[in-house]
Amino acid sequence: MSRDVKPPPTPPLLVVENLAVTFGQGASAVQAVRGISFTLERGESLALVGESGSGKSATALSILQLLPYPKAHHPKGRIRFKGHDLLGANEKTLRSVRGGRIGMVFQEPMSSLNPLHAIERQIGEALTAHGAQGNAGIKPRVIELLRKVGFPDAEQRLGALPHELSGGQRQRVMLAMALANTPDLLIADEPTTALDVTIQAQILALLRELRAQMGLSLLFITHDLAIARAIADRVCVMKDGQIIEQGSVAEVLSNPKHDYTRQLVQAQPKPQARSAAVSDTPVMIAENLKCWFPIRRGIIRRTVGHIKAVDGVSLSLKPGRTLGVVGESGSGKSALALALLRLAESEGAITFEGQRIDGLKPAAMRPLRRQIQIVFQDPFGSLSPRLSIREIVGEGLSVHDKLSDVERDARVAEALTDVGLDSAIMDRYPHEFSGGQRQRIAIARALVLRPKVLVLDEPTSALDVSVQAQLIDLLRALQTKYGMAYLFISHDLRVIRAMADDVMVMKDGTVQESGPAATVLNAPTQAYTQALMAAAFELKAV
Amino acid sequence: MAEGATNHWLSPLNRRRWANFKANRRGYVSAWLLVVLFVLTLFAEFLANDKPIIVVFRGEVFAPVVKDYPETAFGGAFDTAADYRDKYVRELIEANGWMLWPPVRFSFDTVNFDLPVPAPAPPSAVNWLGTDDQGRDVMARLIYGLRLSLLFGLILAAVSSVVGIAAGAVQGYFGGWVDLLFQRAIEIWSGMPQLFILIIVSAVIAPGFWTLLGVLLLFSWTALVAVVRAEFLRARNFDYVRAARALGVPDVTIMTRHVLPNAMVAALTYLPFVVSGAIAALTSLDFLGLGLPPGSASLGELLRQGKENLQAPWLAFTGFTAIAVLLTLLVFVGEAVRDAFDARKATQP
Repeated sequence: MSRDVKPPPTPPLLVVENLAVTFGQGASAVQAVRGISFTLERGESLALVGESGSGKSATALSILQLLPYPKAHHPKGRIRFKGHDLLGANEKTLRSVRGGRIGMVFQEPMSSLNPLHAIERQIGEALTAHGAQGNAGIKPRVIELLRKVGFPDAEQRLGALPHELSGGQRQRVMLAMALANTPDLLIADEPTTALDVTIQAQILALLRELRAQMGLSLLFITHDLAIARAIADRVCVMKDGQIIEQGSVAEVLSNPKHDYTRQLVQAQPKPQARSAAVSDTPVMIAENLKCWFPIRRGIIRRTVGHIKAVDGVSLSLKPGRTLGVVGESGSGKSALALALLRLAESEGAITFEGQRIDGLKPAAMRPLRRQIQIVFQDPFGSLSPRLSIREIVGEGLSVHDKLSDVERDARVAEALTDVGLDSAIMDRYPHEFSGGQRQRIAIARALVLRPKVLVLDEPTSALDVSVQAQLIDLLRALQTKYGMAYLFISHDLRVIRAMADDVMVMKDGTVQESGPAATVLNAPTQAYTQALMAAAFELKAV
Repeated sequence: MAEGATNHWLSPLNRRRWANFKANRRGYVSAWLLVVLFVLTLFAEFLANDKPIIVVFRGEVFAPVVKDYPETAFGGAFDTAADYRDKYVRELIEANGWMLWPPVRFSFDTVNFDLPVPAPAPPSAVNWLGTDDQGRDVMARLIYGLRLSLLFGLILAAVSSVVGIAAGAVQGYFGGWVDLLFQRAIEIWSGMPQLFILIIVSAVIAPGFWTLLGVLLLFSWTALVAVVRAEFLRARNFDYVRAARALGVPDVTIMTRHVLPNAMVAALTYLPFVVSGAIAALTSLDFLGLGLPPGSASLGELLRQGKENLQAPWLAFTGFTAIAVLLTLLVFVGEAVRDAFDARKATQP
């Protein structure tokens, strides 16, 4: 996929020299970017890749001088765009550059659009802000732009409000606004991170197409090496505010020179040979599980319909094996998890070790709870901020086992060691730990009860890739050690491929396809699954 | 509060809150003033009384403040409780010993019969803030009245927060029908005309400290329900609450251990204002004559005396100043508490 970079006939479009960004003053100052340099040629696509906190967004925002000045400042450096200095340029120059010569798209399209204005007005505003006049000229231009970003029915969509559009469509509108004045450079700050994989593939395809069509230069910021590979000619890898490696995509990704880059490339979760199941008798079975939420209308709250979050899903979990549940947002994955744990109302038989648990009263359910545990996605929300690690991990024990303080502490220490943490941290509080460590604590909280079933609801989604890979290794090791059955929920098919023995693909509350991981992931039979796999693994829109 | 300064047992979060509280100098000073005022008035009997604190008579020690002694104990004629303000008794004791008087030699109900002018008498060396229209010392009545108001306010705030927090917690945590019915009931309840009900109640039963507390509690407990309910509604969907439910932790434990600490922030922020509201309510009832029984010392009663005796401005002035200072101090403390729990101020050291 490598594209050769020809020697430039004209000076580069964008030159960043020794740029530094510092937030705050004095002792509490944070150096977000510490002297980075790169150039971007006309028509070239450059990806800035790095984990959270690496300074990639601060770099992008400083090009348009959009940082919160004067709290943020540049101790040194220079940004030259088409030979003009942007750093310290006056407001007038900057206004003509912002949205004029340089367009920008952000991660979250919902908060970037004004919820009260129709999209015609918002795109039109981008045009009038840069000199376009008269309604007559603007409307056809807006329609043309909407067509270009993939609204075939552009005329009908002019009056649409942001909430009437899907996430992907909103990002398309953002693109139309950014491209309204045919900029030379488009800065895209994680434009697909908030989107589902199939939509992500469509947006990436659109960006590639627009680049070819308009001769656009692209500065693409992402945390995902696979996306960088799909969209960029060259890549700069950032860590702690510095560029530690740059070069052509093929070169950097296939032959990384710096240790960190190598670590990032290897951190992409890889599938591993699975051990055989401990036993073939399922520990937990759900049949035709339904989780419907009534839609009520009117004064007497008559039920007029149902939102079918989970609609007739059957599954079985076997000891020592992992069932991966895949689906895009809104497909009912999390509702399924809550229903299995009997934390949400559901219909349909749930059997745990031969015992029907779907009709059990809360009190009868309580002793079984220790067998079925859950780990949530958000490591910051899932630990009570006011309790110490000892109290958090030990809570389940105090409910289910009558243990002395010493015995309980011993069990807590053992669980913490199991998840790779020092047992000396018991008296500390959650805010003192990083996202990855918190997720380990959450796993320890579940593990200390020695559950037979562990539900993992997107446990790696909020983490950086390198941390993700460590956590997956840990989960695999724990499964081998304790023979737990995992229900692993994720939207990230690469993680699923690394973890799951069996895969179930969900869409709109129903199962689209299920079976052994190798079959479903490599040779899907359903059209939806095929599209999903192509989008996830090859970033290809079908 | 004083232990907080040592900081060793406080969690980092609470240490930061304590620092934020102290950073608001006005509120911090107000809090100390209130504490000093409260502790002083708690010992009102030793500050203003018509009995000496200690009497040493013929080598024997008496404590008239805590115990009644008959006049005969000091060689008097009557077998009734000694009146230490009586010149005869005083001379009897001083002939064979000495006595230590409180700074103010009047209790709240002591009538000064030696007034040089008809009551109400203006401030003098004997009656520092003058007397009211029944010849009772205003300073003594003020000290006892402040104690009564502060105690009433604190007890009412404490009891109504316990009731209010419990009600809000149950509504917010369980939601659904429980919440719906409770909320409607509270709306109807708070629509009742409070003052009329108090008038009716005080017409039926003779109001005392505890009956007034009970009647005011009927209405004041709803103040905290809304904030606590909102916090519980928010927190019951937090992942760590879900995780606790998945662990099989009983509902009551989840509510007290995981959710209540969140709600306490909102409740604590409200508390100083609940106290000042309770004090104002008691004062206004006393002012209208619907409050405590006649003769008891209270700030509202003092204000009414001021209204009825405009020719004696020291009455109204004392009452107004006392109420204004007390409520202002409470509001300042409330502001400092709000600052302390304000997450946006979290960055301050």
